[in-house]
Amino acid sequence: MTGTIPLQYFLIISTLMFFTGIYGFLTRRNLITMLMSIELILNSVNINFVAFNRFLYPDNLHGHFFSLIVIAVAAAEAAVAIAIIINIYRNFRSIDVDKVDEMKF
Amino acid sequence: MTVNDFLLMRHELMLVAIALILLITDLMVKPAHKSAIVPFAIALFAVQTIVGFLPADEGVLFGGMFKTTPLISLMKNVLNIGVLIILLQSWPWVNKPENREKMSEYFILLFSTLIGMYFMISSGDFLMFYLGLETATIPIAALAAYTHHQTKSAEAGVKLILSSALSSGILLFGLSLIYGSTGSIYFDQVAAVYSNAPMQVLAFLFFISGMAFKISLVPFHLWTADVYEGAPVNVTSYLSVVSKGAASFILVLVLYKVFFQLFDIWQNVLYVISVLTMFVGNLFALRQQNMKRFLAFSSIAQAGFILLGMMAGSQMGMTSVIYFILVYIFSNLGAFGVVAAIEASTGKILMSDYNGLYRTNPKLSLLMMLAMFSLAGIPPVAGFFGKFFLFTSAASAGLYWLVFIAVLNATISLYYYLMVVKAMFINKTDTPIAPFRSDSMTRLGLILSGLGIFVVGFWSQVYEFINSLSVGLF
Repeated sequence: MTGTIPLQYFLIISTLMFFTGIYGFLTRRNLITMLMSIELILNSVNINFVAFNRFLYPDNLHGHFFSLIVIAVAAAEAAVAIAIIINIYRNFRSIDVDKVDEMKF
Repeated sequence: MTVNDFLLMRHELMLVAIALILLITDLMVKPAHKSAIVPFAIALFAVQTIVGFLPADEGVLFGGMFKTTPLISLMKNVLNIGVLIILLQSWPWVNKPENREKMSEYFILLFSTLIGMYFMISSGDFLMFYLGLETATIPIAALAAYTHHQTKSAEAGVKLILSSALSSGILLFGLSLIYGSTGSIYFDQVAAVYSNAPMQVLAFLFFISGMAFKISLVPFHLWTADVYEGAPVNVTSYLSVVSKGAASFILVLVLYKVFFQLFDIWQNVLYVISVLTMFVGNLFALRQQNMKRFLAFSSIAQAGFILLGMMAGSQMGMTSVIYFILVYIFSNLGAFGVVAAIEASTGKILMSDYNGLYRTNPKLSLLMMLAMFSLAGIPPVAGFFGKFFLFTSAASAGLYWLVFIAVLNATISLYYYLMVVKAMFINKTDTPIAPFRSDSMTRLGLILSGLGIFVVGFWSQVYEFINSLSVGLF
């Protein structure tokens, strides 16, 4: 496959996205931003699957299927998470995790 | 595919049908008759539990994505028993006036998660495994936030959904690396080519950290206590018993069938995690005053013991894990049943509220004592045999130091389990919980768990039956 972007580039991008997601999840204090960080992680996984499938195993489609399913599940997860976050806002009048600390240790 | 092929997944199909029937019934029933849904749902699930015990064929469906064996049916039946007891025990709470509008949601969400667990245990490839895992997790978050007007419940829901989403993200990254390094997502094909190449070891570590979240192993346990405290008691018992049991089942299956080439590596990883889990769970349980938090840390510690059996890598190891989870279901549901019954009738949840409980509610206290003895592993009850087999299998694999540490931890745990017994039987107070009588469903649930604590221990056919189905690593 001459003239295409090599596999390593995709893997570097996806690894960066993955760890950016982890970092964002651990440092951000806003629930919606934490959810966005998780989406970043899931999308890095999708890039991995699709890139591996395209470059290493072009004769099967497992990676493509997997990334489609991941997208669907991520949507379901975001729907439930946002519903719960709205509920948090109604109870606490804030979506800052530092305020949502009724239970500790 | 013929009809017979579909019958291989009768556990799943029946439960899907039950969930749909409940959904439609909820729409058709007049608001005045809504309370009839609860006995209806429990009866349907009782049928599901009984049908589950009918002998089933072995087979593979969907090109290897779904498979079932007698061992897998047995695991599903173990989960069914736990869910049935939880449904019986949740009777007074579901029937409360504030839950009247949404009582069928409780059952539908609970059954949806159980369907996910079925598919997860039956999975033959990582795609089905991941789908099952997510189907099992997402509705639980909605259940944890079920009493949405309470701030604690909302907080439990958001903590559960965010940490489980993060953990499945980490797990997925591991799965993508597994796919990249082996070219397949089917368990048997992955197992055939898996080796200890650095990338595959890294993929395995991602995988195990994702799973450790689900079983709440240290250092991935931080969500556990908060979610357990905030969620409604019956959802908590579901999380601590059924959810944890299902995740342990699939972990032991995947470790034995897919990652057996990495046995040396995962044995070391689990060794460290197990020691940490036992110590952190036990030491934090010592300082808890809220019964739900107390049981949360106790269940973290119990998960550390479960790892002992997995690490053995033998047929006996797998048997002892399944057997221990069966025993753990009965003993933990006994404890949670008492906590739920007391919370439903008086709203009290602190350990100091239990002072003098024996004088006012002797039967509940006796069951609580049995459950505590079983969790601690004191000889006459089933918990002793569960721990005994776990320790034996670990010792026969040569892990003597680990068994020593585990016995040390069992001793620590004895202290705080006996604190509850002391509060109920010895501590005196002027204002004990007034005598109350639970409804017949709750009592049936409590009696079932009490019976289980005795019968599973003494009836050795249970152990032998599990042992005849289990498989070892080599």
